[in-house]
Amino acid sequence: MQQDIPSASIVSLRDVQKSFGSLKVLDGVSFTVERGEVLAIIGRSGSGKSTALRCIDRFERVDHGEIIVCGHRVDSPDVNLRALRQDVGIVFQSYNLFPHLTIEQNITLAPCSVKRMALSQAKDLARKVLAQVGLEEKLHAYPEQLSGGQQQRAAIARSLAMQPKVMLFDEVTSALDPELTVEVQKVIERLAADGMTMVMVTHEMGFAKSIADRIVFMHRGKVHETGPASILTSPTTPELAQFVGTADLKS
Amino acid sequence: MGIELDFPAVLERWPSFLDGAILTLELAFFATVLGAALGTLAAVGRRSHSSLIARACKVYVEAIRNTPLLVQIFLVYFGLASIGLKFSAFTVAVAALTINVGAYTAEIMRAGFDAIPGGQLEAAEGLALSRLQIYWHIILLPAVERVYPALTSQFVLLMLASSVCSQISAEELTAVANYIQSDTYRAFETYIIIAVLYIFLSLVMRAGFWGLGFVLFPRRRRLGTPL
Repeated sequence: MQQDIPSASIVSLRDVQKSFGSLKVLDGVSFTVERGEVLAIIGRSGSGKSTALRCIDRFERVDHGEIIVCGHRVDSPDVNLRALRQDVGIVFQSYNLFPHLTIEQNITLAPCSVKRMALSQAKDLARKVLAQVGLEEKLHAYPEQLSGGQQQRAAIARSLAMQPKVMLFDEVTSALDPELTVEVQKVIERLAADGMTMVMVTHEMGFAKSIADRIVFMHRGKVHETGPASILTSPTTPELAQFVGTADLKS
Repeated sequence: MGIELDFPAVLERWPSFLDGAILTLELAFFATVLGAALGTLAAVGRRSHSSLIARACKVYVEAIRNTPLLVQIFLVYFGLASIGLKFSAFTVAVAALTINVGAYTAEIMRAGFDAIPGGQLEAAEGLALSRLQIYWHIILLPAVERVYPALTSQFVLLMLASSVCSQISAEELTAVANYIQSDTYRAFETYIIIAVLYIFLSLVMRAGFWGLGFVLFPRRRRLGTPL
């Protein structure tokens, strides 16, 4: 199946390899994400899962292999980065809101400067996406006036305002306490229910189990096991069994 | 041996002092505006992907920071003259001060640029903003806000250093003082007066920068916290 990747996939990685110096971080990674699908990438720290995610939006360049995202040849040196990134939304662990701008300005910036949207229209859009994440009342606040969970929800809203075809989430709840984690997870669940295509790197096994259509378990730079969420309860490889075991112990 | 001070004899030349102070302020204003622009461009240039541009900016910054201002002024003054270009002393002074303060501004702005967390740049790239848009919307103002005290000091220092422009007979405050003290033989009084005037000009500039910061940094105005 990994040999024959259908072109209709929103995201497809084929035999992707990537080294940082002498360290091989991705050692032949292949997977696809179909329209409307939620894919969760799990694995130990250092297993290459964040790197794989970052390759999709070309924050890392691959050494070998093929990546196609929404029709863009991401592995090609000639890829139109700005066109790619209009199709792909990415949310980071550390929120990365722009601290000198209000939440509204954070959200309207890209639609106005990249898509040349009129400011009034962008402001309507800001209100709409903030409503989606339950933060309408924070329109004119600055990021530092928000809790971590609110900042992360605002960051998700900022990405949504660009109307991406696929959203990438890079350990978006890792910096949050359990309560705030839940409020961010609810937002992501609602997006999934609305049919958003998503790829997420997460350490929250319970969340991955409940939301993901498919799980990719990475181990030593390879996709070690992949399948529906049920593989978390009945893993076939000892590595995943051990990982799920330790992950359960931790939570 | 007592000191006899005769201020009235010098102070009756107050219109000249006033003209000199105004000219000093004008020099400082133009050199600040142009030097801020030049320095910011040089700081951006030092981060350029083109190693030629990056190296050229580094050479500019280091050459200026390691030569005396007075020598730079003479180089501009005599350099322009030797290729047959005649400019007023004021124009030459503004040009030389701009080139000088631009180099220091570049170093300060570089520190400001470096202080922008990489995650914010990635977020901006992830939103498909162009390099120029990222500089303009994401990097510039927060960088300036972080180094604003250093920039303020640098530009006030520039205003004070503009006194060496008296050497190319720009009629600024120190040049005026030189004439007056040679006319009146009241050197001590004259320089006390311009020292006080320089302090006053410094305060005017600092107030100006404070007001500008009020306009430039609405977040700080509202929250009162540093970035």
